Amino acid sequence: MELKRVVVTGLGALTPLGNTVSEYWNGLKNGVSGAAPITRFDASKFKTQFACEIKGYDPENYFDRKEARKMDLFSQFAMVVADEAVKDARLVEDNIDLDRIGVIWGSGIGGLRTFQEECVNFANGDGTPRFNPFFIPKMIADISAGHISIKHGFRGPNFVTVSACASATNALIDSYNYIRLGMADVIVSGGSEAAVTEAGVGGFNALKALSERNDSPETASRPFDADRDGFVLGEGAGAIILEEYEHAKARGAKIYAELISGAMSADAYHITAPHPEGRGAFMVMKNVLEQSGINPEEVDYINVHGTSTPLGDLSEVKAIKQVFGEHAYNLNISSTKSMTGHLLGAAGAIEAIASILAIQHNVVPPTINHFTDDENLDSRLNLTFNKAQEREVKVALSNTFGFGGHNTSVLFRQLKD
Amino acid sequence: MSEIAEKVKAIIIDKLGVEESEVTPEASFTNDLGADSLDTVELIMEFEKEFNVSIPDDQAENIATVGQAVSYLEEHAK
Repeated sequence: MELKRVVVTGLGALTPLGNTVSEYWNGLKNGVSGAAPITRFDASKFKTQFACEIKGYDPENYFDRKEARKMDLFSQFAMVVADEAVKDARLVEDNIDLDRIGVIWGSGIGGLRTFQEECVNFANGDGTPRFNPFFIPKMIADISAGHISIKHGFRGPNFVTVSACASATNALIDSYNYIRLGMADVIVSGGSEAAVTEAGVGGFNALKALSERNDSPETASRPFDADRDGFVLGEGAGAIILEEYEHAKARGAKIYAELISGAMSADAYHITAPHPEGRGAFMVMKNVLEQSGINPEEVDYINVHGTSTPLGDLSEVKAIKQVFGEHAYNLNISSTKSMTGHLLGAAGAIEAIASILAIQHNVVPPTINHFTDDENLDSRLNLTFNKAQEREVKVALSNTFGFGGHNTSVLFRQLKD
Repeated sequence: MSEIAEKVKAIIIDKLGVEESEVTPEASFTNDLGADSLDTVELIMEFEKEFNVSIPDDQAENIATVGQAVSYLEEHAK
């Protein structure tokens, strides 16, 4: 059986840099930081008091009040970006068979605020269980894919992948494979996360995973800088419409890029720490290249996982050097988390979008907040510090890695006939 | 309208997102006010909380309209 080709025909984004794809791209290419003091709760007693929140989001601009009340923020975000992407891809106008459209979404945590609020309410009561009937369906991570399908009537494959910060990339890879196998013509993929809550920030603080640079939130996410001290929690969502190539061509769809490969591996090492030599990261990049059939030298840009933690950034770079050899020095490498913060289960979605847009615009978004070289990093690497760089980007690789040791990579290429 | 009826109406407007004029005594939660089974459970829980009563499941099944809710609560509210 011949495997089918998969292309990107629609995008949607709700990010700390902007609430549409074009606003997001403007923020990325101009090197804007999305970090600011936390507004979602009183963080004055927390070690970290800032995050990359969505700005100016009012659910009533998108939902009626009753509808919004039944959805955790992570599902609302999913619905908003899926709408933008569905419109962008003209799925409704082109009257596509709804039985052949799936939704495969990613979320690392799901409805954390809902979970927190319901447990707090119970703990504050007299022991009588008064859980809201919407508690479970608001909280479970998979409900995001359910909501998208219910709204649009998409009756194809429908589920959510959970692999911490790799979740959305796993969703993209699953979508890619199902389309390749002919199990759907179109899949609405992506991911969403809304973990800027007391439990989210407190939990990650306890892990010592977050930057505590409270006096300068906008410079706190500084991947590859010598003084990096952890990641900055972000929230938001990204949607990517993946479509079988002939199907897209037949309806004259706008094609952003082709998804030519997706790979996965495990560190099999530690629940939260990356393998110090980047063994899993090495394997996933090696696999994504081998499966695609292209040469490592054809890759122009790597959007790295690069969360701004001391260990993670180093091991990923070691893996890149091992996979690419001399070509590592010809690559543009950047961590857009320096601007967006870390959207956890949605990171893979918005970073795939950054990679696709880099191909579309031939611009590599920067790694902002570089102040001091890290002597443990090879200074010959082009980490695209501080300013976007123009460059022809034919092939872009996007890495995401998750707690649990999950590693994922996807490879996008400029469309060739 | 009794104080209980006023409160019941306010809860229904809030939870079901309907207009005040739709909340007539005869209005059925599911047939007229757009509630699904989960909305109905949530409404009953709100009534329990607001009026400090416990409505057993077999009695809750008989509360299908605005008027039925008001009469049940007028009888049982503490």
